[in-house]
Amino acid sequence: MTLASEIKALFTKDLKLELRQKYAINSIILYVVSTVFVAYLAYQGDIEARSWNVLFWIILLFAAVNAATKSFVQERPARHLYYFWLSSPQAIIMAKMFYNMLLMLLLAGITYVVFLLFLGNFIVGHLLFLTALIFGALGFASTLTMVSAIASRSDNNFSLMAILSFPLMLPFLLSLIKLSNLALSQSHFNLLAWQLLSIVVGLNLIVIILSFILFPYLWKE
Amino acid sequence: MFNLKYILRNFWKPLSILLLVYAIVAGFSISIPDTNIGDTLRNVFYHVGMWFALLALMTSSFIHSIRYLSKGQMIDDSKANEGVLVGLFFGILGIITGMIWATFTWGVPWTNDPHLNGAAVSLLVYFAYQVLRSAVPDAEKKARVAAVYNIFAYIILLVFVGILPRLSTNTLHPGSADGNPAFGDMDAQMRLVFYPAILGWILLALWILNLRNRARKIESDLQEKEME
Repeated sequence: MTLASEIKALFTKDLKLELRQKYAINSIILYVVSTVFVAYLAYQGDIEARSWNVLFWIILLFAAVNAATKSFVQERPARHLYYFWLSSPQAIIMAKMFYNMLLMLLLAGITYVVFLLFLGNFIVGHLLFLTALIFGALGFASTLTMVSAIASRSDNNFSLMAILSFPLMLPFLLSLIKLSNLALSQSHFNLLAWQLLSIVVGLNLIVIILSFILFPYLWKE
Repeated sequence: MFNLKYILRNFWKPLSILLLVYAIVAGFSISIPDTNIGDTLRNVFYHVGMWFALLALMTSSFIHSIRYLSKGQMIDDSKANEGVLVGLFFGILGIITGMIWATFTWGVPWTNDPHLNGAAVSLLVYFAYQVLRSAVPDAEKKARVAAVYNIFAYIILLVFVGILPRLSTNTLHPGSADGNPAFGDMDAQMRLVFYPAILGWILLALWILNLRNRARKIESDLQEKEME
């Protein structure tokens, strides 16, 4: 099998499993809605733009970590062994990454809608905000997939997932918060916006390329 | 003992001491430009050196991690780990010297500044590396997982120390407008002390790393002997 067809097969397998169980999608929706609802109750409609923005990314970050933990950590080692014999490691990491990208885009969309519904609209440049959101979601997905793969090799992987991923996510998160702060006051893409976007996209490419190269070393027992 | 090979392999060790003695004596005695931060400007010979030493050590650790992944020898993993440990030591020293300096010049030991936060985050990644090492019991697996994470950590270090601070506009720390965080506004006489000081700190850091690596090798050799 070629790499592309392997990736496609593994990707559709993950998607089918998900559509059958609907575990991740439902838990994500519930997680986002309940945390935003708690924020809505706590702020009682008296929220300012800056807190809105920070809250948005923090809730998205934690939801993303929760969702991505599923990709490697929650699978049994025996199943990993099965995949190991079945396909190339590059295909596995890429399939997981694409699947997580889909999941994160969905998650980002849900968070966006729920935030606008409950906490009001503070965004001036929706296009700028959504661009940040899309590239941010892709970046979260690739980083968290790789960290999930690293964490799954250890014993207590749930706590390790948070410790390992937060420092790696910080450059993304800082640039994204700055970018969406811009979107709260303006709608045109200025120089700073392009700079921040290129940092996010560049980092994302680095993470994807490194994962592609390094995952085989993680994979063999 | 005094053949050419021995001298070539070891001359940099006493050289680091010489350079640092020069850096300390000259650093405190030369006349410096009259800026509004007074004599604390002399800290540039020591504070900046810590970060250059850290960069050298983390680079060495990064290279050994790549070597481990390509060759699979445990000695490379041990060297990568030691590089991070010594690097963290110099990073903490860098933060302490920076905080003492900041207390004099800015009035507070820590401000919300991209340079400072970037340094803190980079150290955090390497602490996470140490936590990861302690979380994987099997030695071979630990070496592989740690090497992979170390490569990511080095990228984060480069981003946070090399790229993001230069893009920042609101910073107190020197080196954003003029582009380079290390070589700020120094006159020619200060540079005569600064460059040897930096070299001296880097060499000293590599010497410490070298000693630790050799101690670790003796330890593992002794363990093997006991097993036999």
